[in-house]
This record gives sequence, structure tokens and C-alpha cells, in this order.
Amino acid sequence: MFGPLTSKPGSSQANKTGSWRMGKKPKFLQKNCIACKMCILVCPENCVLGGEKNTYHCDYVYCKGCGLCAEICPKADIMMIEEGEQ
Amino acid sequence: MKKFLEGSRAVAEAIRLCKPGVISAYPITPQTHIVEELAQMVANGELKAEFVNVESEHSAASCVLGASATGVRSYTASSSQGILLMGEVLFNIAGMRLPVILTCANRAVSAPINIWNDQQDSVSMRDTGWIQLYVENNQEAVDFHFIAYRLAEDKSILLPVMVCMDGFILTHGIESVDIPEGEKVDKFLPAYQLPYKLDVENPLTLGPLVGPDYYMETRYAIQQTMKDALGVLPKLAKEFKEIFGRDYQDLLVEEYQVKGAKKVIVAMGSVCGTIKEVVDQMRAKGKKIGLLKIMCFRPFPYERVYQALKDVPKVAVLDKALSLGAQAPLAEEIKVACWGKKKAPKIISSFVAGLGGRDITAESIKEIYRRLNQKEVSLDFIDLKPELLKEKYG
Ligand code: SF4
Ligand code: SF4
Repeated sequence: MFGPLTSKPGSSQANKTGSWRMGKKPKFLQKNCIACKMCILVCPENCVLGGEKNTYHCDYVYCKGCGLCAEICPKADIMMIEEGEQ
Repeated sequence: MKKFLEGSRAVAEAIRLCKPGVISAYPITPQTHIVEELAQMVANGELKAEFVNVESEHSAASCVLGASATGVRSYTASSSQGILLMGEVLFNIAGMRLPVILTCANRAVSAPINIWNDQQDSVSMRDTGWIQLYVENNQEAVDFHFIAYRLAEDKSILLPVMVCMDGFILTHGIESVDIPEGEKVDKFLPAYQLPYKLDVENPLTLGPLVGPDYYMETRYAIQQTMKDALGVLPKLAKEFKEIFGRDYQDLLVEEYQVKGAKKVIVAMGSVCGTIKEVVDQMRAKGKKIGLLKIMCFRPFPYERVYQALKDVPKVAVLDKALSLGAQAPLAEEIKVACWGKKKAPKIISSFVAGLGGRDITAESIKEIYRRLNQKEVSLDFIDLKPELLKEKYG
């Protein structure tokens, strides 16, 4: 008999890591963004989306609130805010 | 072909015939000769395998884990502290359902440091999810490795198997052993095929993180598979007998003069040879005694043990390991097997002997049979030296 044993690539989509956030979430201000894409590269959940300047945002279903995007943004255009804030 | 071989050499010959693709080990007494021989065979080109030298047993176990996961038959061996250092990885190998084979050359564990034989090392690993087989002599040591690979790689099982052989007594003991022809082994043990494997062309993850919603099923599955293994072993014994001619009964237990016996000792490993000797001597004098040898300790064959012991009035269990602060490990299982059963033995006494290599002589065995005349012994040590003990240090 076998239980869950292996997983295929992409299966992390099944894990809604948004539930891991412990009080803080990133807010993409979309004011001084230079489209350097660092936030996309650094996000461990691969959940930052965006193309042109000031279009970057994240998918809160998967964002686990690690804060790496806010930390790396050269323009301080991402802020960690309280879960309940907008 | 019959050969006069050291136990370690005989096991190395058996492993060569199993054709592993990767061997990784770190030398430790008394396992050393096994892996030394294998390294020599690889260097001589007699065995086409990768022998990976590592810096510790933790790495050796990790190495065979990885190799097995890529679909290569893998082998390792260790003893004592080495087995303990592997411990974390042993749980992983079983959890990832990888059919690795490990020979445990049984040795006492530190402290105090002691290189001689008892079975504390492998018995301490009884909860890892590894199947554990214990051998009595070097012929079994050879044959049980073929059986171990067949069982481990059975598509319905896919669990690692530890073949436990008493250090020095067997690993360094020289006996006449039949090393079978390669074709016979090939017939019994087909090429390794794992239904899941690490492959860059077809990527998958083995052993991923699972949350509370998945974990319990992985343990349940192993628990059930362990029970299934109890059914596979007798079939393998039958098939083994057809090809190799040697009869291992059901590969769970061996009943030696148990029928009609008034007193039976239950034991596992090489001490069973000594017990058989005593049984023969005392049977010749008309004493109705016997031996129940446990070959498979994990999974534990509870029902089979009860069937063997149900008409025996007095049973003694001989452990070469302890669970400090609790009952002796094998005695515990025997009591569970008989607990609440109608025809359970009246007395199940528990004795510990042979720790750290103290000889278990014929006289020690006779002492155990004698003590079955008294009331039940919950746990006592045989051949203990009280003169070495004191209540206060200094
Ligand atoms: S907080 Fe972490 S997980 Fe969320 S978007 Fe930023 S980098 Fe990604
Ligand atoms: S790191 Fe900051 S500046 Fe760079 S793309 Fe992301 S939001 Fe824009």
C-alpha cells in the first residue's frame, strides 16, 4: 500500500501558501517603480506579476508574506502592511 | 559451490551476485571486512558498481538513498554507532519507499565503547520502517540477502530491508557456505525496476513536504505494507527452496523441536545455534525442550508466533538488547503475541544475555531452561557479575 509519495513539478500550485502569512502582506505602491523585475526574481512563491513600470502586484492566494520583495525593491516601492489594511 | 569462507566474505560474494549499481559505506568494526571485500571486487573489475567512499555513515546512507531513488540497486552496511548515525536517513529511506539493502553487523553501542556483539544497534532502529531479518549462520547471511532484495523490490512492498548478522560471531566466523551460481540468483532476483524514480527527462519530487492533510496516510501505508510483507515472505521461501534447495520454512520463524515441548526459548540470531546444540543434548536425555527462532523481527509475525507457542506451557525469551527502563524488546513482542489468547503459555519469562559480547555458553542456555522451573521472571540478566556493581559511585 502506498500513501502520497511523489509530486510532479508545478504541484506547488495546489498549496495555497497565502494561508501561511503571519500578519503582514506586501503592498505594491506602483508610484516609483522602474520595472527592474527584482521583486519577480526574488519571490520564492513566484507570485509577483507585472510588466510595464508601476504595474507590479502579487497574487495573495500564494503570497506567504515573507517580505523579500519589499526588502529588495531599489525604489522602496513595496511596503509591508498589516493584513487588514488596504 | 561450497566454499570455506569468513562470514563477511560470504556476504560480499552474495552482494556481488545481486549486482548492485551503487555501494556506499563507511568502515566500522565489525562490518569492515564486508565492504573491504566489495571495494576490492569493484577495483578488480569483478563487480561493475560504483563504490562511493564517504566521510560518515550519514553520508553513506544518504548516498544509497539517492542512488536507489534514481533507479539503481543499492547496498550499504554498518554497525553500532554507524547505524545510529544513519538513523535519520534510515527513516527517510523507508518513508520514501526505497528498497535499499543494509547489512547490520550487530555490535553493542557506546558508551562505554565496546566493539563486540549484541543486537542493540539494529533493535534500536526497529521503528524506522525497515524490514529486519536476523540470521543464525553464514549460510543464512548469504541467502537472506537474495531474499532481502526480492522482498524489498516486490512491487507491493517497496521497503528497505536490514539483514542483521551478529558481529564477529558470524562476520568473522569461518564456515562452509554454499555460494550459488549467478544464473540461479539472476532467476530468483530479476533486474531492479522502481515504479517512481528521479529522472531529469521526467522530473518529479520524492519526499516532498506534506502537511497534516497528507502525512498520516504515508505512515498508514507503511504499516499496512509491513503486514503484507508477512504474506510475501512465505511465498519467497517456497520459491527460494525450488531454485536453491534450502528450506527456510516460512521465513518468519523456525520451529526447532517446538512440537510437544514443555519449555521453549525464543531468540534470534547466532545464539540460536547454541540453543539448538543444548536442545539436542537435553532431548537425548528425554527433556522436552525446544527453540523458536525469530527470523523476521519487523514486521513482527504475532499470529505465527502465537500458533507456534500456543501449546507450550513455559516460554523464556532471550534478548541481546534492552529498552532501558522498560521490558526487553523481543520479550515485549512475544508477550503481546500471546496476550489475552486462550492457549497462551502459562509462563513467559524474559532474560537478557550476551550484552557487549559476553559469551552466551551452553551453560547460560541451560540456566535459562532451569529458571523456567521457577515462577515467571519479568526481566533478569544471565551471567551478570554482581561484584562489579555498587549502589554509590566512589
Ligand atoms: S511577500 Fe514574499 S511571497 Fe509575497 S509577493 Fe513578496 S516576495 Fe512574494
Ligand atoms: S522591485 Fe520595485 S522597482 Fe523593481 S519592478 Fe519590483 S516594484 Fe518595480
